[in-house]
Amino acid sequence: MDRLLQLDDVTKRFGPVTAVDGISFAVERGEVLGFLGPNGAGKTTTMRIVTGYLPASSGSVTVCGFDVLRQPIEVKRRVGYLPEGAPAYGDMSPAGLLGFVADLRGLKGPERKRRLEKVVEQLQLEAVLQRPIETLSKGFKRRVGLAQAILADPEVLILDEPTDGLDPNQKHEVRQLLDEMAGEKAIVISTHILEEVEAVCSRAIIVSQGRIVADDEPAALMARSRYHNAVELRVEQGKAETVGACLARLPGVASVEPGDAVNGQAALRALPREGGDILAEVRDAVAREGIQISELNVERGRLDEVFRQLTT
Amino acid sequence: MGNIAIILRRELASYFASPLAYLYIMIFLALSGGLTFFLGGFLERGQADLQPFFQFHPWLYLFLIPAIGMRLWAEERKSGSIEFLMTLPVSTGQAVIGKFLAAWLFAGIALALTFPIWLTVNYLGQPDNGVILSAYLGSWLMAGGYLAISACVSALTRNQVIAFVVGAGLCFLFLMSGIELIQAAFRGWVGEALLETLADVSFLSNFHGIGQGVIDLRNVIYFLSMIGGCLVINTAIVELKKGA
Repeated sequence: MDRLLQLDDVTKRFGPVTAVDGISFAVERGEVLGFLGPNGAGKTTTMRIVTGYLPASSGSVTVCGFDVLRQPIEVKRRVGYLPEGAPAYGDMSPAGLLGFVADLRGLKGPERKRRLEKVVEQLQLEAVLQRPIETLSKGFKRRVGLAQAILADPEVLILDEPTDGLDPNQKHEVRQLLDEMAGEKAIVISTHILEEVEAVCSRAIIVSQGRIVADDEPAALMARSRYHNAVELRVEQGKAETVGACLARLPGVASVEPGDAVNGQAALRALPREGGDILAEVRDAVAREGIQISELNVERGRLDEVFRQLTT
Repeated sequence: MGNIAIILRRELASYFASPLAYLYIMIFLALSGGLTFFLGGFLERGQADLQPFFQFHPWLYLFLIPAIGMRLWAEERKSGSIEFLMTLPVSTGQAVIGKFLAAWLFAGIALALTFPIWLTVNYLGQPDNGVILSAYLGSWLMAGGYLAISACVSALTRNQVIAFVVGAGLCFLFLMSGIELIQAAFRGWVGEALLETLADVSFLSNFHGIGQGVIDLRNVIYFLSMIGGCLVINTAIVELKKGA
């Protein structure tokens, strides 16, 4: 596979504050990397270093073989960037802004026309093309920002919170768009929305206080949750306590948590010891005791819980 | 070169996208006309030249040019669009030059729109139009000097008001460095040679000849190197400040 983006021991200090502290990772073609972390963890700073907006205090960033400090223009040609909050020239129209970006990115003639039409269609900007950007809604501003980032079909995409401010339908469309592009590009997205990581990312990095605290596939990260492989079932409310006690006695079960009750059916969640598979064990116990259940689920784990564990 | 032209075009278009540009030009025309006729005694002098028109330009520019220059970089930094611009494949130097040229061209447009005064003087008498043309060019060069200083100051702050006040203040120092007020402040603790240099870099002394239609190559080189030097400093400031 092609290694399109590589960070080696990148550090950024602002005076006495170390915002990014020795971050190293690589992104290959076809990967969608979720860049997670609490506010102030250094996500935006890292993205600014990768895109050549800020120089790193030490360490190196390489994009498609070009060093971001030594050949910044070559790097910027290959990187599409959606800055945090999608700042752009508010007095311009989306049409004007996209034309400006197309010119600076060297798009010409029919290719320029084709790309412009394509992104306008992909992000559904027709209706607002001639209106000043500062008068647009937050969602449209974001989409204009995304449109300019993908306009020249760059090999590397750096998107700082691409779905921030979008409604659920627009979020879904942006995720689809990312999925479509994922094959030929290396994409890095930062986000607070953990479901997004499960939905679009092939890999996730969690940063905290400027350091990487986890770098794994979303499924593997979820497996670190104590809810990974937990079995959830629903029984009649009156019997919940006895069933819970019965499940708690099983050797593979660490503990049983009560859940909410709906229509007289109470939820019980059996947590496994060390993330083991307890489905068969629970099912056997249910059959043996003749317990009536209305629902039986295995949980994959919870990213938000892992996120909290790692960053607090 | 291509990138500079692209930036220039965008900037210039954004000037005229708001009514501010038209308002600015109107104020420029009203002030320059008013000064010429009332303070300059254009008609009373009974001479067919534009001396009363050009003599006020150093003073007019002192306030009107920092008003153009103040937004060049301060606004980019305030709105965050500088991050967008600086992550596009364009060098800082190209952006600095493109933005400066757009503002300089805008000042040139405002200056060119004073042409009715030229028509007037030609209607009333037989002026030396070569002198008038060179005075126009000299005035535009001086505007470039003021503008380059203002652009530098604008890159230092994200507050346009500060950019305007400090820019106008710096321009004032350069304007007046030849006169006694400024010279006296330096006399005694700097050498005579430096004192003379200070007098030589004054806008006023460099514009004096040009305003009368005498284009001295030294004055042209002075204004051009002033612009060039400021743009180099401007580039360095933008590079340094974007990280902070």
